[in-house]
Amino acid sequence: MSTFLGMPAPPPRSPYGTGNLRGDHSFPRAAHDELGNDQLRRNLGRATGTIRAKRLSVTGEIPDWEALRDAGSAIKTDTMNRLPELLEQLEHKVAERGGTVHWARDAAEANAIVARLVRATGSDEVIKVKSMATQEIGLNEHLESVGITPYETDLAELIVQLADDKPSHILVPAIHRNRDEIRRIFLDHIPGVDPDLDNVPAHLAAAARGYLREKFLTAKVAVSGANFGIAETGTLAVVESEGNGRMCLTLPDTLITVMGIEKVLPRYQDLEVFLQLLPRSSTGERMNPYTSLWTGVTPGDGPQDFHLVLLDNGRTAALADAIGRTALNCIRCSACLNVCPVYERTGGHAYGSTYPGPIGAVLTPQLAGMHAAKDDPNSSLPYASSLCGACFDACPVKIDIPSLLVELRRQHTEQTGVTPEKLAMKAAAAVMRRPGLYTAAQKASALGRVVAGRDGTISRLPPPLSGWSDSRDTAAPPRETFRSWFASDEGRAALRSAASEQNSDRIGENGEQAERNSAHNGEDAT
Amino acid sequence: MTSARDTVLGRIHDALVLAPTPTVVVPRAYRTGRALPDDARLDLFTDRLLDYKARVHRCTADRTAEVIGEALEGHGARLIGVPTGLDARWLTAYDGEVREDHPDVPPAQLDTLDAVVTASAVGCAETGTIFLDGSPGQGRRALSLVPDLHVCVVDLSTVEAGVPEAVARLVPERPTTLISGPSATSDIELERVEGVHGPRTLVVVIRTDA
Amino acid sequence: MRIGLFATCLGDTLFPDAVKATAILLTRLGHDVVFPPEQTCCGQMHINTGYQREPVPLVRNFADGFGDASIEAVVMPSGSCAGSVRRQHRIVADRYGDAALRAGVDAVAEKTYELSELLVDVLGVTRVGAYFPHRVTYHPTCHSLRMLRVGDKPLQLLRAVEGIDLVELPGADSCCGFGGTFALKNAETSTAMLHDKTDNITATGAEVCTAGDSSCLMHIAGGLSRIRSGTRTLHLARILAATRTTPDVLTEASV
Repeated sequence: MSTFLGMPAPPPRSPYGTGNLRGDHSFPRAAHDELGNDQLRRNLGRATGTIRAKRLSVTGEIPDWEALRDAGSAIKTDTMNRLPELLEQLEHKVAERGGTVHWARDAAEANAIVARLVRATGSDEVIKVKSMATQEIGLNEHLESVGITPYETDLAELIVQLADDKPSHILVPAIHRNRDEIRRIFLDHIPGVDPDLDNVPAHLAAAARGYLREKFLTAKVAVSGANFGIAETGTLAVVESEGNGRMCLTLPDTLITVMGIEKVLPRYQDLEVFLQLLPRSSTGERMNPYTSLWTGVTPGDGPQDFHLVLLDNGRTAALADAIGRTALNCIRCSACLNVCPVYERTGGHAYGSTYPGPIGAVLTPQLAGMHAAKDDPNSSLPYASSLCGACFDACPVKIDIPSLLVELRRQHTEQTGVTPEKLAMKAAAAVMRRPGLYTAAQKASALGRVVAGRDGTISRLPPPLSGWSDSRDTAAPPRETFRSWFASDEGRAALRSAASEQNSDRIGENGEQAERNSAHNGEDAT
Repeated sequence: MTSARDTVLGRIHDALVLAPTPTVVVPRAYRTGRALPDDARLDLFTDRLLDYKARVHRCTADRTAEVIGEALEGHGARLIGVPTGLDARWLTAYDGEVREDHPDVPPAQLDTLDAVVTASAVGCAETGTIFLDGSPGQGRRALSLVPDLHVCVVDLSTVEAGVPEAVARLVPERPTTLISGPSATSDIELERVEGVHGPRTLVVVIRTDA
Repeated sequence: MRIGLFATCLGDTLFPDAVKATAILLTRLGHDVVFPPEQTCCGQMHINTGYQREPVPLVRNFADGFGDASIEAVVMPSGSCAGSVRRQHRIVADRYGDAALRAGVDAVAEKTYELSELLVDVLGVTRVGAYFPHRVTYHPTCHSLRMLRVGDKPLQLLRAVEGIDLVELPGADSCCGFGGTFALKNAETSTAMLHDKTDNITATGAEVCTAGDSSCLMHIAGGLSRIRSGTRTLHLARILAATRTTPDVLTEASV
């Protein structure tokens, strides 16, 4: 390992132009199209509203939720600190139990490994468990390009695949579709489906069951991701609901699992934390219907040929950032998407990446970079947030996403040359650092009164403020700043008068008295 | 030429040198080692199973066969699969056909079964979760997956209060399946619907004195 | 108590009435309000837009202006500025400043409070002698709610206001869509958030929507004004400063 000898080099991002870590347009431009889609807004509003209530109910009912978050956060941070030894331990344990471990520097390498392994079985099709890693690397597209047909088996992934659509959510890739749209997709694309199929979710699920049954029973190769990989024992975990995961992980002869290197966990015992954090945060359930844990190959039970592909693809680049690396702690629960007011309005496609929402806005630029091209769409992602902080509160491993967004914005402005915005920021700071100049500028801003209408509001502003004034009026600046009032006779008189009121009016001096007062109020009310 | 393995491990080393972080001590202040009385565990476990639309029967061990027989008959099961090592006395009240599973039985053949009857390794009351680990009486994973009805026997003595207590009883090397209710999906408008690819009906027989 | 008042650049320049109300309220409660005249801006807009070098002098200016040990507490009528002082100034000091700046920042951060925190936690008051006979709904701004964790302190203060008809705001904890330069860079998404917020406000039938941040209120007021809603916005300080003898007159749609 020659790199150990010299100076450490910043690891590379995911190579430009590979996989699904970059959209075609900047976030505001992509969001424009999505915001115009009323059906999408209704679908998202309904779905995220449902899941938020469920999540709050099941995270609120256990008394140690915060302690679990603290443990989960620390375990992941500890994992990142010890990543080399943990990965080598995982590799050793998987091999010891009859599995084969492969390493992939990037998407292209991972895709090539999987395609080679599939070909070696003689099969020209694979069944797939929903997996973010394989979405990220564009595995389906690659397999198709070499003549291998991938069948997505997760209901939502199936909906997306049948409609030739793109996933828009980590957990529920078809969240942007409602039951009527899904019915239409099934009628159009599932061969032999009952033409009387209605829009009842249970009936739609049954149609998917019927369609995929034969595939499950005959497929020779399955491809999965992994939620966790336990270094101590070599055990891999897939957390799911429908049983399609169990089908893929159990029935075929060959199983190929693609796992990001950050998914490793030190100890088997750590599952006791994550099996509580993940289901409650993602689907708002106390436990998801099915979790599969397997360790290498078990004679007479499940695939007898098991391959684990460990994927970098920009993860080490994120790891090299002391602040940004916490995004690697993500366990892909999607709670941050479900509480995000931006995601709720724009949906996931606007982010252009496999990873949408708040976590996507910090993870995507770190994996794939923000400057791989001129006007890189990824450089708009850190700004796709009002920094409201709902994501941080919801995150089961306490990733401080707002702070990461602010840090990525800093990195972006530092790496960008001189822009009008930067000049404006410099100018503003230069004025604000000198109280004299600042006071003069305040006087100038009062000139804004001139452009205000007779009602004292401004309804039209020039760019870059026109986006604001398209839907908001702005009150005209006041005649007088606070500081001039404070120094004026009027201000002094007002404060003298307030001070004298204090003497004449008995006011509660502490909480206890205030409580008595409000209790007294209550009596008055009755 | 450097292998992908060496390159990736080298990058990780470089990353940790470029951005070192102090050692972390993992706080484990969450609940562990909880012991609840039998009736509390039974009630909690039952409540959680029902919440996930599992069908629950509670009985003493001497009524195992009777309850299983009724459950199978109630679903019209005439051809069932059982794993090697299942207690033969459990099926004495069932008069349909029984096939003992074997690793060579192809999945398509499992699909012809009306039901499967298994034992279980561990339970978790707080989440309504049953753990199967492939021990005798539980079978390989495919067996409890493909048939549409799964009748699972859980002894109350194996039901732990919470997740940490249940995970502590697992044997990592065994292929382990956690089951919490019948298969379900929330993929349509994030509303939970029971019954997709796994068994659409889960019958849990809790033996209160076993 | 000797309290240093930070007007915030927005409050000083565009919404002085909220700052005046803060000064009057604290004076009425018997405290000595001082206004260090060299104060300007906390630098939050710079930091949240990605500029951390530029606001170093602002951070230094703040720490110097309020560092005086005779100032026992620093108050500002803004949750987000208080959040910036307490959470972000040290990041700027560590990265682009020096050890002395970091020490100064820490000393000031420790005694910095948003208005409702100062009243309830430090001064131990919830009943401030206010009188405000209007129907009011309260929007908890994101940074006061989730960065400062003010919880229901503003509501405790409002409930103790005489004559008030306080009505709950549906979807209260959802962001109004302001987010500083977010409202410019992602104006359309921001607008979508704003519309949901103003719909919820209008549905309460309140005369007044109040909050602890003039910036968010400016945003909400802009939306309410555009749809010709009758609901006004008013900073929390103005409601708490209003008394029977000196009522706040609801004339302008100002914050």
